[in-house]
Amino acid sequence: MSDQIFEFPNFKPPKMSMKLVLIGVAVLAGLAIVTGSFFQVQPEEEGLVLRLGRLVRTTSPGLNLKIPFVERVIKVPVQRQLKQEFGFSTVESPGRSRRGSQFLGESLMLTGDLNVAVVEWIVQYRIVDPYRYLFMVRHLEEASSSRPFYSSLLHDMNEAVMREVVGDRTVTEVLTVGRQEIESIVEQKLQALSTQYEMGITIDQVVLQNVTPPGPVKPSWDEVNQAEQQRDQLMNEARAAYNKVIPRAQGEALQAVLQAEGYSLNRVNSAEGDAARFNLLYDAYRKAPEVTRRRMYLETMQKVLPRLGGKLFLDEHADGVMPLLPLGELRKMLTTEPEGGAAQ
Amino acid sequence: MRREYVYLAVLAVMLFVTMDGTYVVEEGRQAIITQFGDPKGDPVTDPGLHFKLPFVQKANFFDKRFLQWDGDADQMPTKDKRFISVDTYARWRITDPLLFFQRLRDERGAQSRLDGILGGETRNAIARHDLVEVVRSSNREEVTTSKDSESEEETSNLQQITKGRKDIIRSILETAAPRVQDFGIELIDLQFKRINYVEEVQKDVFARMIAERKRIAARYRSEGEGEAARIRGEQERELQRIQSEAYRSSQMIRGEADGKATGIYAKSYNQDAAFYAFTKSMETFESGVDSSTTLVLTTKGDLLKYLVRP
Repeated sequence: MSDQIFEFPNFKPPKMSMKLVLIGVAVLAGLAIVTGSFFQVQPEEEGLVLRLGRLVRTTSPGLNLKIPFVERVIKVPVQRQLKQEFGFSTVESPGRSRRGSQFLGESLMLTGDLNVAVVEWIVQYRIVDPYRYLFMVRHLEEASSSRPFYSSLLHDMNEAVMREVVGDRTVTEVLTVGRQEIESIVEQKLQALSTQYEMGITIDQVVLQNVTPPGPVKPSWDEVNQAEQQRDQLMNEARAAYNKVIPRAQGEALQAVLQAEGYSLNRVNSAEGDAARFNLLYDAYRKAPEVTRRRMYLETMQKVLPRLGGKLFLDEHADGVMPLLPLGELRKMLTTEPEGGAAQ
Repeated sequence: MRREYVYLAVLAVMLFVTMDGTYVVEEGRQAIITQFGDPKGDPVTDPGLHFKLPFVQKANFFDKRFLQWDGDADQMPTKDKRFISVDTYARWRITDPLLFFQRLRDERGAQSRLDGILGGETRNAIARHDLVEVVRSSNREEVTTSKDSESEEETSNLQQITKGRKDIIRSILETAAPRVQDFGIELIDLQFKRINYVEEVQKDVFARMIAERKRIAARYRSEGEGEAARIRGEQERELQRIQSEAYRSSQMIRGEADGKATGIYAKSYNQDAAFYAFTKSMETFESGVDSSTTLVLTTKGDLLKYLVRP
């Protein structure tokens, strides 16, 4: 387009006013020259000026001049963070991600234990060297209106590197503990590969999105989670029952021991008390044993006799009474008429 | 009027000649000049404006950049007879545009040649290796944070490899690179973009994965029940231990106290056993009678003997 020069092979000048036409052409040409001389570079962009196909200078953001028709500008958003998505798409409806079988090709991959996982991720990158990006490497299906500066090469690199990394891990690792490690390793490897490819881009970040088992397998993974929770629940219940019983039993055991100790104290103290009393009594008794014994006997009798229900005094000469004594009737008589028999 | 036409015609011819006598090589491109289809001179790799003979010579442009070859996803068997579909991409560039022009004419030709060569070499390499060699790239050990027995069971799932993905890729590159050199092409890199099971195999793999999960789930459940039973058993044992220990201690304490008390009594009462018997019987007698007791006393006893013989 820049080296296009006007030519009029079969130009038939209209009769009326050659002058007017020439003026018109001059005005148009002037306008084209003026508009073709200026261009604006946005703050996040860098402008590459090509003079007849050769890169002559790069420009910073702002209003810039160029030679019309001879120079051409390519603007590259070097400051903008670009993004590619794998396994889903938010391009057509931003904010809402679309998933479907058409993206499954990107995200379905083999793990190191020859199982299958669905891994979705995004890569964020920037073009740091526009010259390299544009003129050292060709990207298929470049810049469409919905995805400017979309690099198919980077897309393929991502798929290859992600599969390489996932291919060295078990499906369990990929789905659970390995996420962060995968992100950082993929990031490193991608950066290394893009340096090797001299693409002029830098990888900012690789972020894993949904990482799931493939659809048909999913319920069985959920089942495992469920079973794991059931296991924990059963164990917790058993522990709860344990905790309900054992501390109480420990307390009760302590109670029994303490009670025994109490008994022990009581028993020994009583014994010591009894012994002390007896000792003191015995000391006194030894001084006059005969009279003391007699005194104690009589005192006891004196104390006991009034409380007795029945008293029967027998003369030592009335020997024959003993075998015939009707004790049962006597008692009845004694209890109904207390004075009767006793007054004998 | 006639003169003006002549001027215009001359101008037009001059313009056409200048136009056809120059050509522009864009950045990232290179050109070969052909004269009636016959290549003339060295390739032009310098970007900018260049001159050639108008009408006679023709400029043929080629890319100087790194180019991408994207292979189709091909189905092929591995050495261990698993059918997989392999999707590859490669990077290449035209290093000798003259040779490239002579042999292949244009990029379309190159792409189809690459299809044939890389597709074939990939197929050969895959057929010579087990699937796991293609999938894995190192003998990395599985890392797991779960402390339960699951880990030991699944470590065996990461099979050891002898070559791995990178070596296989390298061997494909090494055999393919010389074959494309004849076309003025340099092959720089090749990668497996996607490796997947073919549909029917995938179904089996899914079934296997499901079975494996079910096995793990069953183990979790049985583990839960087993562990609960163990805890219950432990509870029972602990209960018995605590209770019996308490019983033992309390009996020992009581016995010790009884012994001690007996010792104390014996020591004290042994001073005069008869007197002890006397006092004790007096005490018992005193506390052992009430109003329902009938006492029969004879005058032979100490208490009443004076009634008979004062």
